[in-house]
Amino acid sequence: MTDAIVAEGLVKRYGSVVALNGLDLKVPEGTIMGLLGPNGAGKTTAVRVFTTLLDADEGSARVAGLDVRKQANELRKSIGLSGQYAAVDDNLTGFENLDMVGRLYHLGRVRSRERARELLARFDLEDAADRPVKGYSGGMRRRLDLAGALVAKPSVLFLDEPTTGLDPRSRLGMWDVIEELVKGGTTLLLTTQYLEEADRLADQIAVIDHGKVIAEGTADQLKDQVGGERLELSVATPAELGTARSTLADLAVGAMESDERQHHLTVPVAGGSAVLMEAIRRLDGESVKVLDIGLRRPTLDDVFLALTGHHAEGDDKK
Amino acid sequence: MKLLQALADGSVVAKRNLIKIKRVPDLLVFSTAAPIMFVLLFAYVFGGSIDIPGMDYREFLMAGIFAQTVLFGATITGSGLAEDITKGIIDRFRSLPMARSAVLVGRTTSDLVNNALVIVIMMVTGLIVGWRIRSSPLEALAGVALLLLFAYAFSWAMAWIGLLVRSPEVFNNASFIFIFPITYIANTFVQSERLPAVLRHIAEWNPVSAVTAAARELFGNTSPLSPPPDVWPLQHPVLASLGWVVIFLLIFVPLANYQYKRAVAR
Repeated sequence: MTDAIVAEGLVKRYGSVVALNGLDLKVPEGTIMGLLGPNGAGKTTAVRVFTTLLDADEGSARVAGLDVRKQANELRKSIGLSGQYAAVDDNLTGFENLDMVGRLYHLGRVRSRERARELLARFDLEDAADRPVKGYSGGMRRRLDLAGALVAKPSVLFLDEPTTGLDPRSRLGMWDVIEELVKGGTTLLLTTQYLEEADRLADQIAVIDHGKVIAEGTADQLKDQVGGERLELSVATPAELGTARSTLADLAVGAMESDERQHHLTVPVAGGSAVLMEAIRRLDGESVKVLDIGLRRPTLDDVFLALTGHHAEGDDKK
Repeated sequence: MKLLQALADGSVVAKRNLIKIKRVPDLLVFSTAAPIMFVLLFAYVFGGSIDIPGMDYREFLMAGIFAQTVLFGATITGSGLAEDITKGIIDRFRSLPMARSAVLVGRTTSDLVNNALVIVIMMVTGLIVGWRIRSSPLEALAGVALLLLFAYAFSWAMAWIGLLVRSPEVFNNASFIFIFPITYIANTFVQSERLPAVLRHIAEWNPVSAVTAAARELFGNTSPLSPPPDVWPLQHPVLASLGWVVIFLLIFVPLANYQYKRAVAR
């Protein structure tokens, strides 16, 4: 399989800030790569280099077989970008926005209009099509922006934090839309701060920190490194903590951790909600009074803690 | 072919900017309200104290008002570009296979159309307060064309400044520092011969004076009693204005394009 995106040793500095510090990446054609990292890790900078918006100081990158620097003009015909800040014009209607993008992709007058209507229908924006974007909700704006990236049916698509800032309902809607659109075999590079999002959408995940890929693999492989799911519970007394510990010992797939002062127990488990139900049943059988119990899945922060030993905090620089 | 494509791309961007005038009509209202107020102020308040030998002040005034109006209109180019680069829309444009020049060409073109609209409104205002065209229709048309051409060249300078400061608010303040002296240390509202020596020299060589004098000439608003000007630009104002247009374009088109590349590649 050929690679749709190949980056070798990309370096980009902004004064003393190093945004990319030797980034290497390969994305096979037709697959979805999730670029996972905190704010300031270099995700947006990488996307800007791949989409010809920014020249790297060192290293090289090829997208769809074309050099991002030397063949930028040619490349722009076959990529689509939807950024973190919806790149739509507030004063234009949804239709006018997409029609304009079509014209600038040189689809011609007739084809641009057809394509605009097609996409508006597909992204559930038909009713709002002829209203100025100013009155759109955040979710509608993102969908329109994504539609803009698809106007020319690009072979490689870049989505930079497509759900950041969206409410949970719009986020779920966006995920459906993205899943739908990559069925057609488009290569997709997606950046995100949410492990859950990368898990759901991406075939492969590259974890990026301080401008470098620090781990790569499928969601499962990464979770194995992090330690997977955990059962967390709190009880009222130290005695009950002891009972809980012994009762749940054989459900644990790793070492349990207990906090005597907070009466808090963490049990690494595998098997999801079935394990949670079983644990509750057993604790109930032993008459342990559980104050709080829950199944916790690893977050980006857990991945980071496991991989780097530091929390996934970052400044807000690109 | 490449040039045609660039022009087509530019016109798509221009259309986008013009839709804004339609959607936010306040913009046009306010960009004409101020010059209309100037006409009323000078025609009815200050005009009585300004004496132009051999002609009515209102006839003298209007060419100056036109020049001022199109210059102020040209500043929209700078604030518009500064606004665009603070938003995501420029990233969208830059990821498309469109001509690199289209954003600037489109912007300056739509501001030219805006200026053409405004100047028609100002001419009607002038006719209402007593201004008259005393030349042939063809000469009058040439006068309008020259004013617009001058404003178009000037808007490339504004584009450069707008991209340099990168913020619409800063641009609005910065452009005033530049645009007030160039508009008022000139023959726009008073005869330059009456200014004190230093200012008079500045006014005589000011490009705005040349275009104002050219407009007066082409609209036939000159006084037989005015002494013949003693500097070349005011003796040949049409030619001088065209010269300024060429100079402005030669300097500011490359500068604006250079600054655009710098401003967006971050």
